[in-house]
Amino acid sequence: MSYKVVHYINQFFANIGGEEMAHVAPELRDGFVGPGMAFNQAWKGEAEIVKTIVCGDSYFAEHEADAKAQVLEWVKAEKPDFFIAGPAFNAGRYGYACATICATVQEELGIPVLTGMYEENPGADLKNKVLMVATANSAAGMRKAAPAMAKLALKMMKGEKIGASCEEGYMPNGIRKNFFEKKVGAERAVDMLVAKLNGKPFTTEYPMPSFDRVAPNPAVKDLSKATIALCTSGGIVPKGNPDHIESSSASHYGEYCIAGVEKLTSEGYETAHGGYDPVYANADPNRVLPVDVLREMEKEGKIGKLHDYFYTTVGNGTAVANAKAFAAEYAQKLLQAGVHAVIMTST
Amino acid sequence: MKLELGYIQINDIQFSKECKVENSTLFVDPDAVKAFMYEDDDVKAWVKDFSFDVAKPGESVRITPVKDVIEPRVKVEGPGGVFPGVISKVDTVGSGKTHVLRGMAVVTAGKIVGFQEGIIDMSGPGADYTPFSKLNNFVVVAEPVEGYQDHKHEYEHAVRIAGLRAATFIGEIGRNVTPDETQEFETLGIKEGIEKYPDLPRVAYVHMLQTQGLLHDTYVYGVDAKRTLTTIINPTETMDGAIISGNCVSACDKNTTYHHLNNPVVKALFAAHGKTLNYVCNIITNENVYLADKQRSSDWSAKLCRLLDLDGAIVSQEGFGNPDTDLIMNTKKIELQGVKTTIITDEYAGQDGKSQSLADADPLADAVVTGGNANEVIILPKMDKVIGTLDYVDVIAGGHAGSLRPDGTIEAELQVITGATNEMGFNRLSAR
Repeated sequence: MSYKVVHYINQFFANIGGEEMAHVAPELRDGFVGPGMAFNQAWKGEAEIVKTIVCGDSYFAEHEADAKAQVLEWVKAEKPDFFIAGPAFNAGRYGYACATICATVQEELGIPVLTGMYEENPGADLKNKVLMVATANSAAGMRKAAPAMAKLALKMMKGEKIGASCEEGYMPNGIRKNFFEKKVGAERAVDMLVAKLNGKPFTTEYPMPSFDRVAPNPAVKDLSKATIALCTSGGIVPKGNPDHIESSSASHYGEYCIAGVEKLTSEGYETAHGGYDPVYANADPNRVLPVDVLREMEKEGKIGKLHDYFYTTVGNGTAVANAKAFAAEYAQKLLQAGVHAVIMTST
Repeated sequence: MKLELGYIQINDIQFSKECKVENSTLFVDPDAVKAFMYEDDDVKAWVKDFSFDVAKPGESVRITPVKDVIEPRVKVEGPGGVFPGVISKVDTVGSGKTHVLRGMAVVTAGKIVGFQEGIIDMSGPGADYTPFSKLNNFVVVAEPVEGYQDHKHEYEHAVRIAGLRAATFIGEIGRNVTPDETQEFETLGIKEGIEKYPDLPRVAYVHMLQTQGLLHDTYVYGVDAKRTLTTIINPTETMDGAIISGNCVSACDKNTTYHHLNNPVVKALFAAHGKTLNYVCNIITNENVYLADKQRSSDWSAKLCRLLDLDGAIVSQEGFGNPDTDLIMNTKKIELQGVKTTIITDEYAGQDGKSQSLADADPLADAVVTGGNANEVIILPKMDKVIGTLDYVDVIAGGHAGSLRPDGTIEAELQVITGATNEMGFNRLSAR
């Protein structure tokens, strides 16, 4: 039994015509049409295109809702194992249609999808949503693109583990995956440097992200009336780490009451952090979470009140996405509790 | 400065009263090793006892918690001795001849000092990620004295010295053995280098040393590198143990002493030397926790790159998070001096791989080699034998409550595996 596949192509690849025929409405045909033949050949009977949907690029762009609804209806009726679109190369509207319809099928019907296009095709904006194979910028690249897409598609249909983008040929989709290179890192570094020195092309293995910088809030007007909370990524926890916050790559944060606690003692608190010398923090946990100093300020009337709870996690190797999610959650708790400002200590 | 390494291949280790190398087998007397380790007063003060074991490639053996891995070497010609300023006197090393017992290592294990200690599996999927699964390992398990928990700095020091002493003792066994293979490495003076290779780009290796504190220290000729300024060192000096590990950071990206002795960047640059580039020297710089130190050290790296009239530099990192700032500061400042860089790091992109990988970034860092995502989760099967103890699997960096499962398997991040995502580029592991 072979996997059932539905293929989406435009009017040009269906041989209906070029720009002058881009207005044609979606049409459902049996079996493969045009580039689908190459997929079928590559799959050698393990998978097969059962239906091909042809749609004009202008039609899709101008009647997106209708086109989507029609395609969804046909795909749903067919119950295929896989949905494949394109490849679109550098055709902008076609690429947009392929990416958009793939995203829709994937979301609405839960069917795995794949498309392919040139990396600068506007449709590639959806590469973090839909897996897409990088192709040449013109249809002359079909001979390479079709087998690459067919191979990855078959792997997906079989539920096999998908490797890193450079191994499988899909565009980097924001999900980092490990794999083994042919050369060790140091040799790759020397090769890359020599290329860079000679003005030759090289590809970084990790493109630098653009960082989101957080602008500080305006200063608190009157500290003597403010409730201040202490938060830390330095891993200060009650002794014994009751919530088992990981020493690295924390999966959660802790919320602990310090009402009535004058200062943190080495008997009561410690650090769970695995990324710095813990000796001094364990001897005097106030060094990381300065409860002692804040209590003094509270007495002196410099601050209104130290908040009854502190929030803590381990910053060591913790994914930024995790850290962001922790803070988003406990920031709401702080707001609800009427906290005016937070001192966040790091290590 | 010229050094000849003579490699003595070791394919097996046997305990024996007589110490010798015969037909690529190391025969060693553990009692003699123990006696030599106890000659040190600090070892005597903090280690109650040692036990010994051998782990060979392919065996169903897990070593944990691993502190350091050290390759036994001995200087047979030229000034100084291995691990200068620590085991040998402080004479400058890096010239003459050194014998290397290749294919083996001394591994120190035992109760943890901190969370940063690792796992070496000799077979199974974990073995693919650590280079030490391919070696015959002479494992030294230290049992600390009572009350060591309150003296962690001293205990760490004692275990570190013990490991180096064990390696020194074993290295000495190779002194009069004829090497199976020899290899020569030479670094020229600045002017000589320019005259010899007038048309080749001048490249140095900016080697960042982890120096954040306990279990995050590196020593250069016995000096704690956090109290040093950025400086220059001959690449061959590192082959004689001028730089040793203080067992720093997470197991996956700590540079063990073995890594320092066999620095892959040094190896790759020597391989390219005289062909595609002129390998000038190593610049060593630290990774301290204070901002002022970070600024001073990275300014100094850039200053030296300019002073040496370099065209390019390879920058390697050690650790992650806080040192990401040192990495980016170094890279940015060196690039701004007009010196092109390639950097080697690893990633903490989350278990799902979706997070941003480094804690700092700059567009000038446009040529990056990665040792892989250390957060990726791996399942390690149960092993027939454990050298050391499984007591700490849940709490070491990369583990979590329940990492050690009732059936003896371990679910943890790659972080727990010693050397898995090494940032000197020791491995083939990468990520995209």
